[in-house]
Amino acid sequence: MAEKQTNKSVIFNPLSKDNPVIVQILGICSSLAVTAKLEPAIVMGISVIAVLAFSNVIISLLRNTIPTNIRIIVQLVVVAGLVVVVNQLLLAYAYDVAKQLSVFIGLIITNCILMGRLEAFAMANRPWPSFLDGIGNGLGYALILVIVGFFRELLGSGTLLGFQVIPQWCYEHGYVNNGLMILPPMALIVVACIIWVHRSINKDLQEQ
Amino acid sequence: MKALRKFLDKIKPAFMEGGKLSAFRSVYDGFDSFLFTPNTTSHSGVHIHDSRDSKRAMTLVIIALLPCLFFGMYNTAYQNYMAAGVPVASFWEMMAYGFLAILPTIVVTYVVGLGIEFAFAQWRGEEIQEGFLVSGLLIPMICPIDTPLWMIAVATAFSVVFAKEVFGGTGYNFLNIALVTRAFLFFAYPASMSGDKVFVASESIFGLGNNLPDTFTGATPLGEVATSTGSVVLTDLSNQAISLWDMFFGLIPGSFGETSTLCILIGAAFLLLTGIANWRIILSVFAGGAVMAFIAHTFATPTYPGSMLGVGEHLCLGGFAFAAVFMATDPVTAARTTAGKYIYGFLIGVIAIIIRVYNTGYPEGAMLAVLLMNVFAPLIDYCVVRVNINRRLNRKKVLSNE
Repeated sequence: MAEKQTNKSVIFNPLSKDNPVIVQILGICSSLAVTAKLEPAIVMGISVIAVLAFSNVIISLLRNTIPTNIRIIVQLVVVAGLVVVVNQLLLAYAYDVAKQLSVFIGLIITNCILMGRLEAFAMANRPWPSFLDGIGNGLGYALILVIVGFFRELLGSGTLLGFQVIPQWCYEHGYVNNGLMILPPMALIVVACIIWVHRSINKDLQEQ
Repeated sequence: MKALRKFLDKIKPAFMEGGKLSAFRSVYDGFDSFLFTPNTTSHSGVHIHDSRDSKRAMTLVIIALLPCLFFGMYNTAYQNYMAAGVPVASFWEMMAYGFLAILPTIVVTYVVGLGIEFAFAQWRGEEIQEGFLVSGLLIPMICPIDTPLWMIAVATAFSVVFAKEVFGGTGYNFLNIALVTRAFLFFAYPASMSGDKVFVASESIFGLGNNLPDTFTGATPLGEVATSTGSVVLTDLSNQAISLWDMFFGLIPGSFGETSTLCILIGAAFLLLTGIANWRIILSVFAGGAVMAFIAHTFATPTYPGSMLGVGEHLCLGGFAFAAVFMATDPVTAARTTAGKYIYGFLIGVIAIIIRVYNTGYPEGAMLAVLLMNVFAPLIDYCVVRVNINRRLNRKKVLSNE
């Protein structure tokens, strides 16, 4: 990090200007997989926020004692431990959603955002900024997931969080849910649309 | 014609730079050069001095599509009368019914598609490219006649924006726009794009045609094949067996414009005579389809009912011929190199029949085959060019060694 970052920028930058999904293009795979409905998208977002924040803190506390050669393994162990905890919590308190998310909770461990933040931030910063960084990046990720999940569930199933949003008379007059929205390719296109809108607003992000 | 020219000249100053409507200059230019030949051809140098631009080419494709369009109108009415079990009406009544049945779809496609193209051209300050002229007619022709209009509108908008404009507009799309529209409809609204109800117009319009009861079924021949078990017997709507000649002539249920192989071949002849389409692609698509259909038929099993069909039936049924002539030959999305065109076309034919026969989920494979090969066309070209470069390098090596 060339410049000293304030705590405020650490937590708010990843929401927009430095968003892990739409600017750094990380964690795309899981945003395709879990966003067909809004509920799993929200749960996945919260899980990633929790894992990211706490693994950032733990790695930040350990950063001066971790030998450089085996730092990736140490990071993986920490993340894996936290993922198991989150998975067990979900199985205990939100069994249905945990079933829907299935392997993707376990796959948080391979989420590029986690390793990226641990390597780039937690290894070089004190615990409190690392915690904020984890929260910020997790929120940035969750934000995109929720937006994508919102549109996919609304257009693909006509519901939000399982409640029917599109009124019944629309269906009686010939409206049909868009089946393509449920399929993974549309998640990519929705993410692309978000990037499109985001870059038209933030002109400094546009590539030449 | 003169009055029109005068009118255009009169309103021209308003659209020039500094004029009141200068923001809409591209719209003016678009209409002007659509109605008249463009007045800007090159005057010097080694260029070919010809007014044949992309607009002219598009217009020729439209003319080539007319036989299919008129036949589709007649066939729409014919299938409606057959399904109702009523004797066929007079020719002009049939044509009027077919015209009224397809007109809303054509209007919706053009309004949505051209509207988006115009909007993007204004926004970017570019000239309007009439790339949508052909796509707008192709889309109604490859969809079932009873597709709801709002679905057509949504799918057209999606495909123009995401398959064409985001890549830079006309000439930069790597997928065929009309087929993207159809693929979108196929995956987003499968109930309206397949099955045995959608391919026959089911309502009377202004007293023409017949209202069909909800219980009628009108599966396409390929739909019948996909659901048949054991021996494959194809029947039309009045339960008469369909002969190969019927399939070739085209009075069978199917998407609006692609049932008649005869009319498609007339269009193909026109496209080849005017030099718009490439004969290599058309020929190799049919060759690929024939080879694969022959292989499938040789190893026919009741597990895959499509394999019971003969080569001729495969080539005449469904959208295969239409895709070969009007979709695969799209110069923007096809392979550019000569050898590449043979490979590209051949693989389209092969893949279309493979999907049709061995993927029981999809009764028709021509659409997916063309889209798939659209994606691979640049790779094919790259390989052809590399092979050529390597061969010449080797030749040079051999010569310098001597």
